[in-house]
Amino acid sequence: MTTHFFGDTAVLTGRSLKHVTRSLDTIMTTALTPIAMMLLFVYVLGGAIKAGPGPYVTYLLPGILLITIASGIAYTAYRLFLDLQGGIFERFNSMPIARSSVLWAHVLTSLVANLISLVVVVLVALVMGFRSSAGLLSWLAVAGILVLFILALTWLAVIPGLTAKTIDGASAFSYPLIFLPFVSSAFVPTATMPGPVRWFAENQPVTSIVNAIRALLTEQPIGSDIWVALGWCVGILVVAYVFAMITYRRKIS
Amino acid sequence: MTTNTAIHVQGLEKSYGKVAVLHGVDFDVARGSIFALLGSNGAGKTTIVKILSTLLKADTGTASVNGFDAATQAADVRQSISLTGQFAAVDEILSGRENLILVAQLRHLKSPGTIADELLTRFALTDAATRRVSTYSGGMRRRLDIAMSLIGNPPVIFLDEPTTGLDPQGRLEVWDAVKALAQGGTTVLLTTQYLDEAEQLADQIAILHGGRIIVNGTLAELKALLPAAKVEYVEKQPTLEDVFLAIVGDTGIEGTAGDSAGTDRTGTDD
Repeated sequence: MTTHFFGDTAVLTGRSLKHVTRSLDTIMTTALTPIAMMLLFVYVLGGAIKAGPGPYVTYLLPGILLITIASGIAYTAYRLFLDLQGGIFERFNSMPIARSSVLWAHVLTSLVANLISLVVVVLVALVMGFRSSAGLLSWLAVAGILVLFILALTWLAVIPGLTAKTIDGASAFSYPLIFLPFVSSAFVPTATMPGPVRWFAENQPVTSIVNAIRALLTEQPIGSDIWVALGWCVGILVVAYVFAMITYRRKIS
Repeated sequence: MTTNTAIHVQGLEKSYGKVAVLHGVDFDVARGSIFALLGSNGAGKTTIVKILSTLLKADTGTASVNGFDAATQAADVRQSISLTGQFAAVDEILSGRENLILVAQLRHLKSPGTIADELLTRFALTDAATRRVSTYSGGMRRRLDIAMSLIGNPPVIFLDEPTTGLDPQGRLEVWDAVKALAQGGTTVLLTTQYLDEAEQLADQIAILHGGRIIVNGTLAELKALLPAAKVEYVEKQPTLEDVFLAIVGDTGIEGTAGDSAGTDRTGTDD
């Protein structure tokens, strides 16, 4: 059975990628909210925010990228939920295919769809004056962190996708994730926040990830942020993967 | 026994939490026959189909398909079967042709495009082949669904309420497809809540009630259980279905050119 794992995953990924490319509005919706937020913060609020040297959009972009991912994975849960509802999930599982391919196809599709949304957001940021002198290695490191973050949140999204009873329930879990960057160093430096809020902001995953990406893009020393960021990403990824797989096995046996 | 028996079910029990659905179900289905599982909503028909197609595990009892045990040899069972669930399990966003190619690829067959085109012709879907399935009528969707189940010629096919929600024409189209299957030597287990459907299609009919098979036999055997037939003279009135089909014409298949529709349908089984 496992001999067909890669072939089956490729076929099924091709199928769900068609869902993405044939409803490009899902990619636009994913990118639209973060872009609107970026416009609002740069052109309305940004003038009053003191966040270090350089244009504010450069400071802001890492947090906006994480918000893009957080809203993008809601569609992963949505697509998985629709497969379960429609019965095609049962058709696949009654066929002689590698069963985990069904989930991996959704995960890989999520990765591709989110990367496209991220490119759109970065292009808009460039138009708005975002500049980076970072070299290829730094950009690759940024891409690596973002891919890890997408995979971590995607496996998290698989759980509501498999268990939700309604279509709203399948995507509602992403709202707190979209809110998390607001209480972090994504929009303003944490130093301005009062004690308990500052403590939370500095110890939640978004801040370390944002700081690591920002340092890479602005060629600042990264310090320990990158290790904390990687720790969070890998930690969430492993825990979410294990729970998603447990949920899946329960669902199909 | 395994040579002539395609499906063997014995002492099957299944509960969901504290609700017992199956209380010991026994039946056998002969190879190449159409077996109808008749029962009202919630009788447990779908549960039996899911156990046989390895989507659910029974609490106790054995279920085997094509000589393989559904619990311990699930991979071999999946190689032998095809499932058409209660809701047409087709991909709405893909075209009809892409749906067929997808299944052919997942069954690891050579030249999936050719297989798809053959089935599109056989099920009179050629004209709609490149359209998204979301634009199909209920009957077309069901035909596509059944066409997808035929890919790879599995020896056993499960059809769970294949005509629920279809209009009379759609129903006749599906019946023709099922009859053609059995003539080709495929074993068909279908569940239905329509008595006339079982009467029309099945070689053997089992009635599932209260979690058990209470009657199992051919149509003639079932009729023999009832009070003896009386001879009465009744004026034969056309049913509303007869009227409807006479007016609308029962050969028309939506989405196909009128000239080829009739010949395609009758030509499926030879």
